[in-house]
Amino acid sequence: MLRLPEFTLHQARSLQEACALVAEAPQSTRLLAGGTDLLPNMKRRHQHAQRLVALRNVSELRGVAGHGSGEMRVGAMSTLSQLARNQELQKSWPGFVRALRSISSPVLRTTGTIGGNLCLDTRCNYYNQSEEWRQAIGGCMKEVGDTCWVAPSSSHCWAISASDSAPLLCAIGARVRLASVRGERVIPLEQLFVDDGIAYLGKAADEVLVDILLPPVANTRATYWKLRRRGSIDFPVLGVGAALRLDAHGVVEHVRIYLGAVASAPLRAEKAEEALLGQPLTEASVRAAGEAARGVANALDNTDFTMLWRRQMTAVWVEGALRELGGLAPRAHMPEMPLGAPGMVV
Amino acid sequence: MPTVLNLELSVNGEPRQLLVPPHHSLLEVLRERCGLTGTKHGCELGECGTCTVLLDGEPVLACLVLAAECVGRRIETVEGLSVGAELHPLQRAFADLGAAQCGYCTPGMLMTAKALLDENPRAEEMEIREALAGNLCRCTGYWKIIEAVQWAGRILAGDPTPPAILREPSEVKGGCSHG
Amino acid sequence: MADAKGRNIIGTSFRRVDAVGKVSGRTQFADDLTFPRMVHMKLLRSPLPHAQIVSIDTSAAEQALGVLGVLTGRDVPVPFGILPVSHDEHALCPDKVRFVGDPVAAVAALTEEQAQAAVALLRVEWKSLDTIAGYDDALCSGKDQIHGYGDDHNFHKKVSLRFGDPEAGFKEADLILEDTMFFDGNTHLPMEEHATVAVPEGDGRVAVWSSTQTPHYLHKALTKVLGLPAPWIRVIGVTNGGGFGGKSDPFNHEIVAAKMALKLGRPVKICLTREEVFQCHRGRHPTLMSIRSGFRKDGSFTAQHLKTLLDGGAYGSYGVASTYYTGALQTVTYKLPHYQFDGARVWTNKPPCGPKRGHGTPQPRFALEVQMDKAAHVLGLDPAQMRLNQLQPKDSVTANWLRIGSMGLGACIEAVRRESRWDERRSKLGVGRGLGIACSSYLSGAGLPINWNHMPHTGVQLKLDRSGGVAVFCGQTEIGQGSDSILAACVAEVLGITLQDIRLCVADTDLTPVDLGSYSSRVTLMMGNAAVQAAERAKEIIARAVAEELKVAATSLVFAERRVFDASNPEHGLSFADAVQAAEGRYGTLGTTGSYTPPRAPGRYRGAGVGPSPAYSYSACIVEVDVDPASGIVRVPNVWIAHDVGRALNPASVAGQVEGSIYMGIGEALMEESAFRRLPAKLSSALVHKFPNMLEYKSPTFLDMPRVHTTIIEEPDVNGPFGAKEVGQGPLLPVMPAVANAIFDAVGVRIDQVPIHPWMVFKALDEKRRGGEGRYGPKQFPAIDYGDCLLVPTPEQGGDGKARNADEIGVRSGTMSDTAKKGKPC
Repeated sequence: MLRLPEFTLHQARSLQEACALVAEAPQSTRLLAGGTDLLPNMKRRHQHAQRLVALRNVSELRGVAGHGSGEMRVGAMSTLSQLARNQELQKSWPGFVRALRSISSPVLRTTGTIGGNLCLDTRCNYYNQSEEWRQAIGGCMKEVGDTCWVAPSSSHCWAISASDSAPLLCAIGARVRLASVRGERVIPLEQLFVDDGIAYLGKAADEVLVDILLPPVANTRATYWKLRRRGSIDFPVLGVGAALRLDAHGVVEHVRIYLGAVASAPLRAEKAEEALLGQPLTEASVRAAGEAARGVANALDNTDFTMLWRRQMTAVWVEGALRELGGLAPRAHMPEMPLGAPGMVV
Repeated sequence: MPTVLNLELSVNGEPRQLLVPPHHSLLEVLRERCGLTGTKHGCELGECGTCTVLLDGEPVLACLVLAAECVGRRIETVEGLSVGAELHPLQRAFADLGAAQCGYCTPGMLMTAKALLDENPRAEEMEIREALAGNLCRCTGYWKIIEAVQWAGRILAGDPTPPAILREPSEVKGGCSHG
Repeated sequence: MADAKGRNIIGTSFRRVDAVGKVSGRTQFADDLTFPRMVHMKLLRSPLPHAQIVSIDTSAAEQALGVLGVLTGRDVPVPFGILPVSHDEHALCPDKVRFVGDPVAAVAALTEEQAQAAVALLRVEWKSLDTIAGYDDALCSGKDQIHGYGDDHNFHKKVSLRFGDPEAGFKEADLILEDTMFFDGNTHLPMEEHATVAVPEGDGRVAVWSSTQTPHYLHKALTKVLGLPAPWIRVIGVTNGGGFGGKSDPFNHEIVAAKMALKLGRPVKICLTREEVFQCHRGRHPTLMSIRSGFRKDGSFTAQHLKTLLDGGAYGSYGVASTYYTGALQTVTYKLPHYQFDGARVWTNKPPCGPKRGHGTPQPRFALEVQMDKAAHVLGLDPAQMRLNQLQPKDSVTANWLRIGSMGLGACIEAVRRESRWDERRSKLGVGRGLGIACSSYLSGAGLPINWNHMPHTGVQLKLDRSGGVAVFCGQTEIGQGSDSILAACVAEVLGITLQDIRLCVADTDLTPVDLGSYSSRVTLMMGNAAVQAAERAKEIIARAVAEELKVAATSLVFAERRVFDASNPEHGLSFADAVQAAEGRYGTLGTTGSYTPPRAPGRYRGAGVGPSPAYSYSACIVEVDVDPASGIVRVPNVWIAHDVGRALNPASVAGQVEGSIYMGIGEALMEESAFRRLPAKLSSALVHKFPNMLEYKSPTFLDMPRVHTTIIEEPDVNGPFGAKEVGQGPLLPVMPAVANAIFDAVGVRIDQVPIHPWMVFKALDEKRRGGEGRYGPKQFPAIDYGDCLLVPTPEQGGDGKARNADEIGVRSGTMSDTAKKGKPC
């Protein structure tokens, strides 16, 4: 049986206590939220920590507050299944709920948290392996050694951001609140991510992710399309988070499209946005936006499927998401999220 | 030196007082400290669903939960499903339909299904498939499990009519027993 | 209760005897066992794909906290293997490692954590050898040899068999198709990780509890390696949490655990991690195939020449048999007058391949059924009708000398054709949707044992208690397929008692008669026959006593409803318990035995031992696909399957086996793949399994499973108990080719390999749009010298089952010797 390494466990009872505990030794401490990413990584000895600070009992990190008409606050320790069941979210941000329900599997979502999904360690086929496996290849840049096996001549790590919630939340312009003994700050969510497979979080080691602030809905339409092999369990090999607003004439007046699982951070597809801005959502415009997105993503051989095909699929998936937002008929045979599934109920 | 925690856990309604190091998972504690080997394991990384147990009524992967985080919560395992010698309707349905072949994924499957039926005994096929989608099974092809959960749901809702294949064995010869 | 024939269990969907234990968590699997003073063991496995072991320093590990013992290859120097011709494995590698994961040392400690920590302290000095990653490396005689035996450098085995006159057959053909196809490797992925507990008994004896499908063969391997008298070793096959062929070899961890237990005098447990299960492997051989067939205008075969090349991984395992199996069953479904088979297996530095569900036959079946679909298309024939028109007849002998008994394939094809509305829907579903058909057949048990001998393949022993209870002893192993229930049902059926009256004692080499194991779909047929024989013998003894007691003729007695009574006067009888007592009073303690040996097959050529079976099951399958032309993504909404099981002893169990086979077939067709990573050769010699975990090795979930519409066809076979044949493997075989054929019907492209990934369909569609062939698959088959060909006249040619030129060819090399040599660089 794979087992965890030894550590000490500190169960914080308040946000202040959590911040103080992590500040004592930020480099050797990890925050334990749901544990569904951290604990497997620690079992495989990619992530090391002498101390864990558990956030389960920190009430400030829980709950959902507000309504879609104004700003909503989502506590970082809310579990993915709690949020997916939340009626206000279902009503205001169905695209967010769709993203939540696509994460891993139902039995993991009861434990995994939204904060944990946003802070998910970047992933790579050469990294998410056992200690023995990594020894057999001599390690990789993300952990030890200096070679990125995905691109051996590269000077940086290409591990990918595999969060399903991040592209959608970036697209709707969510912000996050971070707290530490030094105080609090609120930053746009996209600033939480750095396009570097190793130092992928724009958050100091002693900062605690407190909550996610969703902007007022204000006619924003948003959705998330996920490409993966199976109907459940799998991480995305491509995620498309798209949000847009139409003016009174049905012309796109605001649009944000973020791609997940193609870079070390959610990647904004500005060219695709440009193709839509000022246009109505038509067969031609959504297709053009999809084509424009194709070149944005530089998928590499670091996850399931081949990289060339994943690049091709960017266009198809972006178009699919935009068709949904525009109320256009889905393309014939368009598979819904899971590959083999007869149909996905979202 | 790591500390050892003195934990008071409630497993299937029974109190358990245990000295446990903080890095031990609920899976290890159930199997190796409580002697409850009904909960199985297939990957220990949260990838297969085999070790599913209920925590406060929700299905969780025991391999990814620290035992120390379970204090004050209701832990239910397959051993607690039956009432005395009386099998839970899910257990009866799984047994009678052959929804357990090798039986190794069965405890996790039963616990996930219990959480679903506790919330909605009338769960339909697609809801069952979605709820159980994190529990892998290599033997059955899932259909006997789906039928068993549906049947157990009917029993819980007061309608014990068994599926066709058990009513009249020859019906299977006529074709599909599920659509 | 009893039907017209007095049968009350067989043929009903009775609750399996292991069901309550399994749904209540009471069933103990190997890792659930604990014994007083038990300690835990972990293995150090090779991080290199191919290397000499220069030295191992165990001193730091021996001093580590909690460590009780360390073993290395020196402690277990005797080689073993499942087949007598390839004893090429060691419990711990003494001098050389052949794949990443090959075990080199073992540490036992008080806890598993301590053992794991101590393994990290073992220091090994290595000398790297060439990495043989795949076919290209293996075919190059300039690379280091993985083994010092075999048929030629890194060729483990070569086979060449010619039945009849294929060239004459090709001359008669109106259409000759030649295709190169590839079937990638995949693995069993049982939910249970292998586990073993070895318990020393203090007097030099040891008991080994293990998740094994083959306790008998594990017993043999333990006897050889430990060097103990066989009766001192007891193997208990614990209920397996799934097998599918993955627990059919004796494994190094099982042997090391026994050795460690004997050394320490304490019980030793080892439970593998999931990654180690991937390293044990013995899964489907990646197989490259060249298939050339001649067809007449009506679609019938005139001849076939099949060439296969198997990537065997690092050890022999079942590989010699696997190689033969890639050719053996091509003949049992359709009339094939002339047939040549050339097969070869190479060694590579990867986990060893072996017998996975269908053992060697799904690969050539894929090639055969896809090529037939191509022929039907060219000839303008209905693929279902084309198959129906040329069925191998029942009670016949094939060109390669396999004796066919019952044959329900025609009924199977008719059933799926009807249920799927094939005639009205095929090719009429519009672009993107399609139907495809394929058929198959499988053994109901291999006709010959692995270790050649004259003894039965299985035995059943009954002990009848004066309480009316019957204890049944048999070496068979429950791996989830339901064999315990079949054993109990066969005995209960004959004796007219209930399943609750039966107590089973199974899979225990000390206590139960030998059964060869749960492989080759042999258990229901062989064990079932033995059980029926033992029960009939008991019935006869009891009947004699009851006849005296009741003063009626023994022949008029009926055994049913836990009673023995006069057929003409059912009131006149005894309870079963009283009947047993009447017999025990007359004849003493009651016990009987039954056994089963398959009939001798007519083939007499070298290689004729692979393929014969007492009975063949048949399956026909129609798959419906939905293909997205923009992505190449294939979804399968529906599968129609008809399976000729001879007689369904338990229809719910049969349906369960069929559905499980479809599941695994869908996985193999669309996603399951044992992929490997060879790092850039200039930078590294590394060769690792790409995804040795359950996240990235894609086993379909609840949401990926198609609807399955099952029809059970019952054409009873005289060789089967109550007419029964196999069901656990056969229904998997047609799924992969049916998917490929359905994709052609949907979007007009041919994918000549599995798994069929979306990018393959995408690429083929793209090629077709640009005016190309619209095919994805291997381009060429390498030139291989298969050696001298055995020439075997067919029954139709008046042959006698022997090869014409056996004496000229003599015995080929391939026996064990140590002649490592290196040829010219490539």
